[in-house]
Amino acid sequence: MNRYRSLIREGLWDNNVIFVQLLALCPLLAVTSTATNGLGMGLATTAVMASTGLAVSLLRQFIPAAVRIPVFVLLIAGIVTLVDMALNAWLHDLHKVLGLFIPLIVTNCVILGRAESYASRNGPLSSLLDGVCMGVGFTWAMVLLGASREVLGSGTLFANARLLLGEGFAFLELTLIPDYGGILLLVLPPGAFLMLGLLLAAKRFLESQARRRRGLSPQVPVSDCGGCGVSSVCHTASQE
Amino acid sequence: MIAVPRERIAYQAGLLGLVTLVVVSLLLLADRLTAPAIALRQAEDLRGSLTQIIPAELYDNDLLENRLELELDGLPVTVYQGRQGDRVTALAWQLAGPGYAGDINLVMGVDRDGRILGVRVVSHSETPGLGDKIEVAKDPWILGFQGRSLGDPPPGQWAVKKDDGSFDQFTGATITPRATVAIVKRGLRFFANHRQRLLDPGTLTTPQENAP
Repeated sequence: MNRYRSLIREGLWDNNVIFVQLLALCPLLAVTSTATNGLGMGLATTAVMASTGLAVSLLRQFIPAAVRIPVFVLLIAGIVTLVDMALNAWLHDLHKVLGLFIPLIVTNCVILGRAESYASRNGPLSSLLDGVCMGVGFTWAMVLLGASREVLGSGTLFANARLLLGEGFAFLELTLIPDYGGILLLVLPPGAFLMLGLLLAAKRFLESQARRRRGLSPQVPVSDCGGCGVSSVCHTASQE
Repeated sequence: MIAVPRERIAYQAGLLGLVTLVVVSLLLLADRLTAPAIALRQAEDLRGSLTQIIPAELYDNDLLENRLELELDGLPVTVYQGRQGDRVTALAWQLAGPGYAGDINLVMGVDRDGRILGVRVVSHSETPGLGDKIEVAKDPWILGFQGRSLGDPPPGQWAVKKDDGSFDQFTGATITPRATVAIVKRGLRFFANHRQRLLDPGTLTTPQENAP
């Protein structure tokens, strides 16, 4: 049980795909101009991460180390294409909103990263949970970044949420600042970098405050293995 | 598990080939299963955007059934005919041209006399907040083409105001509206050049006569 709890903690905070591993920056830059887009991309990625995690974990005994990367890439690309076709055929309205992002998921290094560093070494259940947790961690980071860029950049929040979630969610669409001229820089891709920097600083600040309260030195140690993208395959980390 | 020397090249190559085979056959199967549904959905989308630009009282046929394949600058253009009985009353087609960042795809409709019934942007990659005002959801600018034709304004004024034309540009974005005006003008020229063929009810790819 403890292992599962630490998986959740890792995915959501300690080893968050975006805020700690700083991976998946290309979908981040491209998609998070609104909170709705961030949410859509996050959910699609979560579904793909969970299923590739499961598939890789089930097949891990048959895959020799020398050809594992091409096999993982094949599995990931195959699953993403299947999801794309199924959505296009049976959930067409959702596909119209997400369609643009789905092929981009293949290029997301996090998915291959989790397949390589976690699913290929762990059982199906933990791999599935790892995929879901990493995905949810990615999703909330995307939504937060999208929301902050959207509010400051165009003065709205969850614009077009109806298209993604259905008419019932029209109440999410808010205009927070009426007659707002907008800050174009934040809507354009460089704005994602600026906002990400600010959010990273905020996360660091929260963590050092928490350490201070526990009576530790406020500086978060640099050698914190949880903060490293390759900690799960790194020898130093596993010896600790 | 069977004891197979996993380090052997043959095993690795065979496994890679097998995985590829399985993935490819799954994809082929899924394609078979989803292709009809996807084609149906896409036809619905197209019909949806065509009904937006051609008023329903102008035609009584199925627009998608009455189409013509023509060529414009070496690229194929599919023209959809709206008709009342045997008389062609409206035409619509999709057209693309370079914008500020990538192509702007739009669908436009005209009546028998070459007057614009409507123009809508289908897809584009213009700057959000500036160039994307060509979308009808963001700005009514694109409705300004309605009722215009090659003679109104005169050909020399088919341009944005900055170029001494009669169409507004956006604050901070001139290239996008300029490109859009140029694409629409090209579409009208296309109509003028093929007018006879387009308005002839006998030149259909799919004949309507046998339809129930």
